[in-house]
Amino acid sequence: MAEKGVAQVWRKIRAIYNIQGNICKTCDTHFFPPRLVCPNCRRKGQLEDYKFKGLGNIHTFTIVRQAPEDFKRQMPYVVAQVELDEGARITAQIVNVDPEDVEIGMRVRACFRKITEYGGGGLIVYGYKFEPVLKVTGHPYP
Amino acid sequence: MVGIVGYGVYVPRYRIKTGDIANVWGADPNIGKALGVFEKSVPGPDEDVATISVEAARNAVKYGRIDPTKIGAVYVGSESHPYAVKPTGTIVAEAIGCTADITCADYEFACKAGTAAIQTCMGLVQSEMVELGLAIGSDTAQGRPGDALEYSAAAGGVAIIVGDKKPVATIEDTVSYTTDTPDFWRREGEDFPSHGARFTGEPAYFRHVGEGAKSLFRKTKTTVDDYDYFVFHMPNGKFPISMGRQLGVPPEKLEDGLVVRSIGNTYSASAMMGLARILDIAEPGSKIFMVSYGSGAGSDAFVIKVEKEIEKHRGQVPTVDDYIERKTYVDYSVYAKYRRKIVALG
Repeated sequence: MAEKGVAQVWRKIRAIYNIQGNICKTCDTHFFPPRLVCPNCRRKGQLEDYKFKGLGNIHTFTIVRQAPEDFKRQMPYVVAQVELDEGARITAQIVNVDPEDVEIGMRVRACFRKITEYGGGGLIVYGYKFEPVLKVTGHPYP
Repeated sequence: MVGIVGYGVYVPRYRIKTGDIANVWGADPNIGKALGVFEKSVPGPDEDVATISVEAARNAVKYGRIDPTKIGAVYVGSESHPYAVKPTGTIVAEAIGCTADITCADYEFACKAGTAAIQTCMGLVQSEMVELGLAIGSDTAQGRPGDALEYSAAAGGVAIIVGDKKPVATIEDTVSYTTDTPDFWRREGEDFPSHGARFTGEPAYFRHVGEGAKSLFRKTKTTVDDYDYFVFHMPNGKFPISMGRQLGVPPEKLEDGLVVRSIGNTYSASAMMGLARILDIAEPGSKIFMVSYGSGAGSDAFVIKVEKEIEKHRGQVPTVDDYIERKTYVDYSVYAKYRRKIVALG
């Protein structure tokens, strides 16, 4: 028997692994998920694939304390709308931070995480979540 | 000459103190001192070898300023691949933007699968079959609750991109030593590994790491004095120091690579994490002697020389220390929840 949901996940892999959407070259608007037609320019729109840099700020967020069965292990967790630097706004989990430390405007970067899995023997779905930008100290000599 | 053109690491954010684990099982709370492991990294509930490998590989690509479409081979070494059948490497390759024109496979050789991947990439680059090869050692190691392994089995990943143009460190030579020694294993379908307790020391770790090291000293006609840093696989904090003592390595030459004390044994990433910590700080011209160890059993020994090129790449991505310092402690109950040790949660 064919495994449920495999084709739907496979079609989205490129978009959800790398936050790949598109840009309308006519009006310079970025879209995620990728659009088939530019809603601003219609038939004059010229859409091209675009890989987002994965940096943005938290536009708004909520803390989930009553989760669906598959997410109980992660409670409490944060779901936010992230405004990417290019302009598109996407919904994603915020990880690697305590929920009480999350705030509107917080600078975040995309990271690669397990989104869900279809039971113990089913497909594992991976994709983007966001985390606070990490400190990079450089590599000082001792 | 073939070498490392980029490297990147990833260590999950969560830590548990070995003393807290000891309290649960009524063991000596000072066990950290005895083992030389004071705390270990714990993967989050949504992290596995695929996510850790991708984070490390993205850091490596950024560090080396590499076009991922030039990568021709992806090998992921681990003993905790999320799928029994479906290569982790396919997920990594897609997530870092490789093309479909690559060769790819998953490796398994207990804790040395990552260094076996490096050797494979070296061969492919030297034979000009690929321009760049990506070798990853990554694990979310399993330890049965209450078992000695639970104090050290940790999570982390290291990605190394092997190429022959402007390496940040050249790999001057490598040898391996392999025998059939059943010191540690996990049968198909089993959740946790089994081990031969004290048998894992003398005939397994010390024999294979020691013979691998001596073989490379002979082949390169060098001695301990010719190297600035030594890295031996770190199942705990004691074994590499004992190994160093047997080979006559001064403790200060081992010190900088001993990441096991603060993050535990990251299995396939263990020796590679020590190497990465040294590459973070070593001055150009430094020579590094690394020996990995994989139960079952075998060792891979490498001579690595840090090049001046490394100075142009530093500061691009988080260092091993950046990840070690980014930490949040969890207690045993949260650890049990994250590591799926609560059976009722599924």
